[in-house]
Amino acid sequence: MSYLKPLFKHPRLPKNKLGYTLKEYEGSLSTLCAGCGHDSISAAIVQACYEMAVEPHKVAKISGIGCSSKTPTYFLGNSHGFNSVHGRMPSVATGASMANKDMQYFGVSGDGDSASIGMGQFVHVIRRNLNMVYIVMNNGCYGLTKGQDSATADQGSKSKAGSINPFQAIDLASMAIELGASFVAQSFSGDKQQLVPLIKAAMQHKGFAFLNVISPCVTFNNNPGSTKSYDYVREHIEATSTLDFVPEMPEIKASYESGKSSRIALHDGSLIQLNKLATDWDPENRISAVNALQQARAKQEILTGLLYVNSEWKDLHGVLNTYHKPLNRLDESDLCPGEENLLSINAGYR
Amino acid sequence: MKKAINDFIVRFANVNGTGSASANFLFAKTIFRMGIPVTPKNIFPSNIQGLPTWYEVRVSEKGYLGRREGIDLMVCVNPQSMAQDVKNVKSGGYFMYDSTKKLPAEYLRDDIHYLGVPMMEMSNEAFSDPRKRQLLKNIIYVGALAKLLNMEVEAIKVLIGEQFEGKAQLIDANMKALQLGLDYAAKHFDFPLPFHLEKRDLIVDKILVDGNTACGLGAVYGGATVMAWYPITPSTSVAEAFEHYCKMFRIDPDTGEHKYAIIQAEDELAAMGMVIGASWNGARAFTATSGPGVSLMNEFLGLAYFAEVPAVLVDVQRAGPSTGMPTRTQQPDLLLAAYASHGDTKHVLLLPASPKECFDYTALSLDLAERLQTPIMVMTDLDLGMNDHISEPFHWEDGRQYDRGKVLSAEELEHVGKFGRYLDVDGDGIPYRTYPGTHPTKGAFFTRGTSKDEYAAYTEDGAAYKRNMDRLLKKWDTAKSLVPKAQLYQEKTNQK
Repeated sequence: MSYLKPLFKHPRLPKNKLGYTLKEYEGSLSTLCAGCGHDSISAAIVQACYEMAVEPHKVAKISGIGCSSKTPTYFLGNSHGFNSVHGRMPSVATGASMANKDMQYFGVSGDGDSASIGMGQFVHVIRRNLNMVYIVMNNGCYGLTKGQDSATADQGSKSKAGSINPFQAIDLASMAIELGASFVAQSFSGDKQQLVPLIKAAMQHKGFAFLNVISPCVTFNNNPGSTKSYDYVREHIEATSTLDFVPEMPEIKASYESGKSSRIALHDGSLIQLNKLATDWDPENRISAVNALQQARAKQEILTGLLYVNSEWKDLHGVLNTYHKPLNRLDESDLCPGEENLLSINAGYR
Repeated sequence: MKKAINDFIVRFANVNGTGSASANFLFAKTIFRMGIPVTPKNIFPSNIQGLPTWYEVRVSEKGYLGRREGIDLMVCVNPQSMAQDVKNVKSGGYFMYDSTKKLPAEYLRDDIHYLGVPMMEMSNEAFSDPRKRQLLKNIIYVGALAKLLNMEVEAIKVLIGEQFEGKAQLIDANMKALQLGLDYAAKHFDFPLPFHLEKRDLIVDKILVDGNTACGLGAVYGGATVMAWYPITPSTSVAEAFEHYCKMFRIDPDTGEHKYAIIQAEDELAAMGMVIGASWNGARAFTATSGPGVSLMNEFLGLAYFAEVPAVLVDVQRAGPSTGMPTRTQQPDLLLAAYASHGDTKHVLLLPASPKECFDYTALSLDLAERLQTPIMVMTDLDLGMNDHISEPFHWEDGRQYDRGKVLSAEELEHVGKFGRYLDVDGDGIPYRTYPGTHPTKGAFFTRGTSKDEYAAYTEDGAAYKRNMDRLLKKWDTAKSLVPKAQLYQEKTNQK
């Protein structure tokens, strides 16, 4: 957030169950433009991590290049961060996860970073169901290079300079569902009520959790005629549901209740409590999820909420059947077969 | 032709994908088992089935490993390449061919000897299964060569027994084919040829192995746990060897869990990204590729250099530029690798000359990468990587500890004042790092490809930039004291 943060800490700031205050999840001062949607998302991440009571250092933040990819500096200051190269965050996150399965990975990307230069890696990290939260801060334009259209800009959307985007937009959420993402949600940076529980549920999901967050660019894409401006998004948003995330309550059985309310159980017994607003949509059914997205698109509406979840699929560690201890903790005694085995290997080459 | 003992070249001309590889290897390995230095080369096209492929075996009592001109004996079972193969036999040399069909007149030279063996006809008579007929035809020519070159038949039989252990039927069929060849040559030709083999004891405890296998094995011994790669000739078998030996040694016998993770990435960029992510997070990680892959990895190599993240890359070089000749050897990546990425970047390269050094240097590169916090590239080539070479045996000093470099633990962090990720504390240019997840409030830092100060904070300050670049140069000097000494070989060219 682009304002000076007070150094003063109120002695009675509420603490989470680990004894940390919200402040301990914050990062350094944001250098993004005042009013940038990305700062609201950073704040939602801080809130979610605080409420989930994760150890701040047990989180790693990995990003690519762009305005969105700068944000990991602005949240979770006690976590390691890696601002890698443009469009390649997924591969760095994949390697990091392979090294240590016991951490929470936040991948932060933007529409340029994921839908253009990094499309290949975006696609493949989904296929592998890497256990991570992947957030795209989607503003439909390239901010750092001063407002060019990105691949998620809607066809017909007008830029600040007045030109109309002639090309089809890439819809990352429906793409993610079709590629086999096991958790897909869509939200709006201005809707903290919805965003925080979504991030919490994504953190608890064991597998690839994708959050496409429409995050208006106040400087280059907040003009009349843009379909990613604050005004446009507020007018065209259609929430599929309101939701709440209930961590680890295994005594409540996961079951669908009739009508508009449903609960979805994650692998560890956490629950997502959904109050469905859209009728013909079932977040555990890929076909109806894609269908609902397509219908909303036809009506030029932005469907938000938890769109699809599958907590049955194995994540990449499950597929590779990696050791229960993180690989980065193994030493010579675990890894080196020793001279005696080498002698018999030598014998095999004689 | 003048008499020569243990000094000649046999070239096999085969069709890709007809099972000739194992028969030809049987030939070379038998000579190795006879204690005679031998160097086999695969000469193959970028193709899976149907195109000509050659296998050239140089026998050299003096231990010469390189190829030389002049084929003493050509074994040609490929009509497609026959015109060229006939031409390539040196004057006075021998040409063995499948005489099931008559040799066309245009292939007759008056300065070479012809050895017609009706391989297909013999194989068809002896075996009924069409696949066996095809495969065992190759063993028939090995039998004929055994007689002509004075090979130790018992050694061949032992090798066949090893190769098909537990498959009695196959052993019998191979033995039968071998005998057919031996008998045919004994009956129809003068033997041995003027150049032939005599048993020696020049191999002692050496091994016959390819460099890619040695690299894969070295990575297992060196403690690599994450391997990310994208298939590319001629490096693919590095990944295969790593996986092979991981399956042998790194699977928990009780749970079946793997103490390794191998990912076939979507491209070389991703492969290098995964290596960097894993190394950043404290695992030993590596990739293997060839020139086109190194081109793609340039951006990430620059990031690893500047952000100071360990990474290991085995570059099995092939002929460039561009796609070049994927199945032909060359060493065209040296400059590309040394200065990979834009800006003032220079990398540490290790250059192995034998499978033993492939093993040693791959294991060492994992130490060096973590000690120096930078990419280390092991530069081999197709010849070293994909051909079998006689090598000193592999050796591992039990009790050897991995050098994990300067990594601060949670306890150590308690005792440092302000942690500076890029602070040159020891004056050797190598800063201290922390793994993610080490300490709740100390040691976290931001890794980035942009310019930063000693405390990992983004800066465009000229003085800070210069301090950082100067430190990287100092680190480069430190690297010089850590890499193996170069060894220079010189052979007198006019030696008789």
